[in-house]
Amino acid sequence: MPLSVSLIITICLVVLAYFAAPRRALAMSGGDARTLAALPRQYGLNAALAVGLPSLVVLVAGLLAGGGGYLTIILLVVAGATFAGSMLRIAPSLRARTEAEGMIKLVLIAASVIAILTTVGIVFSMLFETRNFFGQYKWSDFYFSTEWSPNFRGDSSLGIIPLLWGTLYISFIALVFAVPIGLFAAIYLSEYAGRRMRGIAKPAIEILAGIPTIVYGLFALITVGPFLRDYFAAPMGFGDSASSVMTAGLVMGVMLIPFVSSLSDDIINAVPQAMRDGSLGLGATKSETIRQVVIPAALPGIVGAVLLAASRAIGETMIVVLGAGAAARLSLNPFEAMTTVTVKIVSQLTGDTDFASPETLVAFALGLTLFVITLGLNVVALMIVRKYREQYE
Amino acid sequence: MTQAKISAQGVQVHYADTHAIKDVNVEIADKEVTAFIGPSGCGKSTFLRCINRMNDTIDICRVTGDIRIDGEDIYDAKVDPVQLRAKVGMVFQKPNPFPKSIYDNVAYGPKIHGLSRNKAELDEIVEKSLRKAALWNEAKDRLHAPGTGLSGGQQQRLCIARAIATAPEVLLMDEPCSALDPIATAQVEELIDDLRQSFSVVIVTHSMQQAARVSQKTAFFHLGSLVEFGDTNKIFTNPEDPRTESYISGRIG
Amino acid sequence: MTQKSLLTVDARTKKRNASEKRFKAFGLGAIIVAMVALVILLTSVVSTGSSAFKQTYATVSVPLPEAKLDKSGVRDLDVMKKVTTIGYTSLLRDGIVGTVADAGLTTTLSAKDIGKMLSKEAAATVRDHVLANPDVIGTSVEFSLLMNGRIDGYFKGRVTMESAALDGNTSPEELQLAQDMANAGLVETKFNWAFLTAPDASDQRPEAAGLGVAILGSLYMMIVVLVLALPIGVAASIYLEEFAPKNRWTDIIEVNISNLAAVPSIVYGILGLAIFINFMEFNQSSPLVGGLVLTLMTLPTIIISTRAALKSVPPSIRDAALGVGASKMQSVFHHVLPLAAPGILTGTIIGLAQALGETAPLLLIGMVAFVREYPAAYSPDAGLFGEAATALPVQVFNWTQRADPGFVERASGAIITLLIFLLIMNAIAIFLRRKFERRW
Repeated sequence: MPLSVSLIITICLVVLAYFAAPRRALAMSGGDARTLAALPRQYGLNAALAVGLPSLVVLVAGLLAGGGGYLTIILLVVAGATFAGSMLRIAPSLRARTEAEGMIKLVLIAASVIAILTTVGIVFSMLFETRNFFGQYKWSDFYFSTEWSPNFRGDSSLGIIPLLWGTLYISFIALVFAVPIGLFAAIYLSEYAGRRMRGIAKPAIEILAGIPTIVYGLFALITVGPFLRDYFAAPMGFGDSASSVMTAGLVMGVMLIPFVSSLSDDIINAVPQAMRDGSLGLGATKSETIRQVVIPAALPGIVGAVLLAASRAIGETMIVVLGAGAAARLSLNPFEAMTTVTVKIVSQLTGDTDFASPETLVAFALGLTLFVITLGLNVVALMIVRKYREQYE
Repeated sequence: MTQAKISAQGVQVHYADTHAIKDVNVEIADKEVTAFIGPSGCGKSTFLRCINRMNDTIDICRVTGDIRIDGEDIYDAKVDPVQLRAKVGMVFQKPNPFPKSIYDNVAYGPKIHGLSRNKAELDEIVEKSLRKAALWNEAKDRLHAPGTGLSGGQQQRLCIARAIATAPEVLLMDEPCSALDPIATAQVEELIDDLRQSFSVVIVTHSMQQAARVSQKTAFFHLGSLVEFGDTNKIFTNPEDPRTESYISGRIG
Repeated sequence: MTQKSLLTVDARTKKRNASEKRFKAFGLGAIIVAMVALVILLTSVVSTGSSAFKQTYATVSVPLPEAKLDKSGVRDLDVMKKVTTIGYTSLLRDGIVGTVADAGLTTTLSAKDIGKMLSKEAAATVRDHVLANPDVIGTSVEFSLLMNGRIDGYFKGRVTMESAALDGNTSPEELQLAQDMANAGLVETKFNWAFLTAPDASDQRPEAAGLGVAILGSLYMMIVVLVLALPIGVAASIYLEEFAPKNRWTDIIEVNISNLAAVPSIVYGILGLAIFINFMEFNQSSPLVGGLVLTLMTLPTIIISTRAALKSVPPSIRDAALGVGASKMQSVFHHVLPLAAPGILTGTIIGLAQALGETAPLLLIGMVAFVREYPAAYSPDAGLFGEAATALPVQVFNWTQRADPGFVERASGAIITLLIFLLIMNAIAIFLRRKFERRW
């Protein structure tokens, strides 16, 4: 019989257990619920969980392992056995509520473990395929070669350095744009702005934060890119490409402004008011207080925020796919197209090449490198911010 | 009779709809320590903060009336609070040194007000202020250590040094010892006695014993009004107003 | 110290005040730059994309002779289906030529060229209608037919007579005829519902491309994310916030979750590809796989916001419940959770909104495929994992990769649709937050 039928039978057994167990418990107590160790409905919950949870585990495990005819039978057996078992165990002395809560706690723990499993999955999936890749292509060539030119006939040069260069160059431009603007916006909003201005500006900045990156990517492709090419790059003789480091960097900068601004806002607000009062009491102006007392006090936190923004910029995909182009290049000209690690991950994994070939597997090595870099930045940033917060709490 | 250093007439302070200070009139002399005493919430700190216009930083606070220092109305439109606060220094309840070195803490005020022409002059100001705050001997070998690394009492003396570095004429102290241990408190009280030779000192305190020890004149505040003002001795031994008497004997506050 | 009057502002203070004003201006300037950027972004997207919601149609009377369409003579569907869209094309050509002649319009175009003014999709429209209503065979029926991409572009201002002269796909004569037909009331540009409901169309037919499949695919994925991420996220949060002992294992889990929230989305795509598609061999580009990948991505966000909601419930509530003899589990489920529910809901909606806009991970699990048919969530062939589908942001990306300039308008229009969905979701979240927010 098909899986769906055995699934329906299992669900029926769960429901049956939920309603039958209280009846049985009451029957066994001679109709007096007070002699039971738990409320009747808790017997129902306990029985339903005892049938439902093992069946769910078997179902999920079986599906992940590929389904198949055996799963149908195993599921029925498990459901039936747990049903019988839980019914037989019902007695007035059975602490149904405690057992049920124990099972629920297991479920909660399992949910938390999924978080770890995700990380494990990420690391393992990339490690495994990266190892395959390094079996076919020398790791030293990957990390140190400055040429990227994949060739589906084999004999490709797959060096990460031009890609890293593009990634870092674009992120740098994005940060140069976003950090001053985001920081100053946060300073103005928390130190100077009145209620009305805050009421308009904060939601506006939050809207910028909620816009998906594909929208920014399209904006780079159809508006910013041609604009920069027509009004800056071409007249100044820097190049004639609409896709460029400048295009992607600028748009990414706009995307990062709300990120930097809200992080800075938190950090500036964590500086105690007593410090500001001390400075104002000495006759300093507000801007002197901010520049010479508040910001230096907040500096570790701000550094942490910049690192987090950098991590975000480095891992960004859609803006660079649509705005930076696909040419792997080591150039200083920001108006030239230069590609990044993320763009190549997408292009190598969505191309037509054979999966086991180095041209495709390189994407995993790229992904692993990207993961390590962003993880490093995040961890360092969080450590810095944590130490900074401890100072004031 | 010499003109009072600080003279207040008809001062009212409102926080939004709350009437916090009601019609206060007082004259504070120079080179003297004046203490403000009273139960919690009576408005003594609020009134203190009017003298250096720190209440300006609070949006909902409105100050009306006349407060003059050396005869000049400090709430006049022509007055920039920034200049006022160089002339009127403030020390806060909880020591709040900047996260900078001891030297930079003290040098901050003179630097922003441009009080020194070169490094040598600045060094001199820092040394003078630290000496006057009785901190020089403990600090002279670690001027570039962080100010936050000092003990509580030392930090408060650092804040005092910082406040007097701008060569103010008035020094406002808002319960400066309430966060300190008894030994540090004694050191600061000794300091206050020295300081009154150069400045007009106004100190808010919730300790009557402290007021009796350090001040020459005392003002008793209650529920936003100035109830009685006079020589410290008289206030504590023979007060005129029954409310003052109740407070002194511990029946209120 | 020299006695300086407070009533005169000295020079240095003036300079410092000027510096203060400059500093304040920088701050205000930064905010203005951010807002201007937002306005430019939205304006550019809306102005390019709003024309996608209008489409040019021609009213054409199409002859439907039996001889051509039903060789069996008895309306046998199997026989009728043998006539492909190519067969219908000549009928449409006759139709439009006739309509033009009837209106008294003249042109130098050949009949074939006139026929080309209609979109290649139009033939399918007529065919579907005939197969659904066989009794119209033998008559002439008036249809509202899609015109081709260049003519549509002309009426939207994208294509001009000058560009048409250089364009291989159209000509100034064609545009002129279209204009004449419009003046005669035979051609009009009207609201384009098909944009939201029709499936995608091939490279040469931007005029027929629609978001229907993409919207459905995104909907399936959102349902998967809601059904999976919400219970798992809430369960994990409850454990971490209420039950977990403060030891190293809990610390590790918490650090893990903060890191996962900051991992680039493309890495989740790699995870999905490696594990769901390669290792477990699910179907590529099925909505279930997409939903699973998005679930993993949204889980940390939901956990973080749920924990914040749980933390905001004061301990006194828990103590009160325990005080009357409830177990810890009961105090959580009966008291804390209902009070934290608005915050949890708000966080979930915001998480869903983020997931709706994600593109990179879906690209990696193979959703670049050009999907022509509406996907079924469950079919006997594809099993529980559904047939190939696409999602809104992926469709946008697809369209940006196509050469025909008509797709730029489509991509922008799709973005307007996406932004409207996001606006609605965020508005609901804000409304819920305002309505149920409690100040403890």
